Amino acid sequence: MLRKNWWKILCVILLVYTIIAGFLGAVPAKPILNETIRNLYFHVGMWFAMMVLFTVSGIYSVLYLRTGKPVHDLYALEYAKGGILFGCLGLVTGSIWARYTWGAFWSNDPKQLGAAIALLIYFAYLVLRNSMTDMDKRARIGAVYNIFAYAMLFPTIFIIPRMVDSLHPGGMGNPAMDTKDIDPRMEIVFWPGAVPGWALLGVWITTLWIRMQLLAEKNLSHA
Amino acid sequence: MKGSLSQIWALFKKDLLLEVRQQYSFYGVLLYVASTIFVLYLAMGQPEADVWKGLFWMIQLFVCVNAVAKSFLQEGRGRLLYFYSITGATNFILSKLLFNALLMLLMSLLSLGLFILMLGNPMPDAARFVGISWLGGVSLSLVFTFLAAIAARAQQSAALMAILGFPLVIPQLLLLNKISNIAFAAVLQGGLGWMMMVLVALDVMIVVLSLILFPFLWKD
Repeated sequence: MLRKNWWKILCVILLVYTIIAGFLGAVPAKPILNETIRNLYFHVGMWFAMMVLFTVSGIYSVLYLRTGKPVHDLYALEYAKGGILFGCLGLVTGSIWARYTWGAFWSNDPKQLGAAIALLIYFAYLVLRNSMTDMDKRARIGAVYNIFAYAMLFPTIFIIPRMVDSLHPGGMGNPAMDTKDIDPRMEIVFWPGAVPGWALLGVWITTLWIRMQLLAEKNLSHA
Repeated sequence: MKGSLSQIWALFKKDLLLEVRQQYSFYGVLLYVASTIFVLYLAMGQPEADVWKGLFWMIQLFVCVNAVAKSFLQEGRGRLLYFYSITGATNFILSKLLFNALLMLLMSLLSLGLFILMLGNPMPDAARFVGISWLGGVSLSLVFTFLAAIAARAQQSAALMAILGFPLVIPQLLLLNKISNIAFAAVLQGGLGWMMMVLVALDVMIVVLSLILFPFLWKD
């Protein structure tokens, strides 16, 4: 599965579609947002990718705790790293958007803070893993912390920023991803193009990392 | 079930007795609380309400880290394994969660008292804020107890627990700040009950996760 090509070709097609349609397609004209509304295809798509990657990482952590196979722990680690990468990208694209709509790259908005905190929690996961040298202990404790960190994603990014005053779409109670809200011209690029495109890209990058690690371990054991 | 309860109670009593007799943790944390608040007083004098409130939660955070670290990490690894083998992991972590929550209740009250003594009392309704500080102290202690369990297993110092812990408690601190803001306002606003419920739900989730995940930590 990691070596099959069809989903990688699909990923490229979807992303090319997203980027071209994203920049040339029709978008509704909203005050203040204007053309920056196109950020939806990049910023939100990347957050979706991050959630997918973190979910897969959490599942592999659970699998590791149940079976004890080190390969599951490797997958969990690499997917967590992939999630961190896309989380950082999401934060950066969000900041760029904020520069043109809210006036500054960083305005301590609750959603921005929540996203930064979620990333900090996963960085702490990497720190925890590096603090231990015994491989089995590292894997088991890492898996436990990974599951805990995943559970903390939900209050940090989704629940609390919605409850407090926030400029970010979705604050103060109004749902940001209401399917009745989004313009159909944007929907046709977002749901079939952006969301699966960025998610597949994340999976592709992560599987490359995994394959590198597996090769490195095989090298070590045959040396 | 009856057996579990008595085991949890036995472990809890053991911790309590150790505290009462040794008094090392208690006086250590008390000294820490008093010195920190005194240094704050020297630096800030008697600040206004929102600065006061922010400082209070920061102090709560650091007190919690120290209190929980002392209580969990002072036992040797062999002793921890012994308890785990005779009572089961779930009962053990439950008793630790309860004990640290009680410790934080006491520490919250003490730090609140010292705050009022040295930094003045801007609270419009003392009883409400005592309740909120208790809720906050207990919430923080739950997260740090679980992290202390991880740190103890990783055989690292309390520093690791603090490093891991600070990002994880930020949602709770945000909620506690919002709740105290509302509580400090002269008029009772609507959002208070809702936010407290969210905080309690968050605590319940943390407790459940700790109970499920802790046995895996010790599955040597």
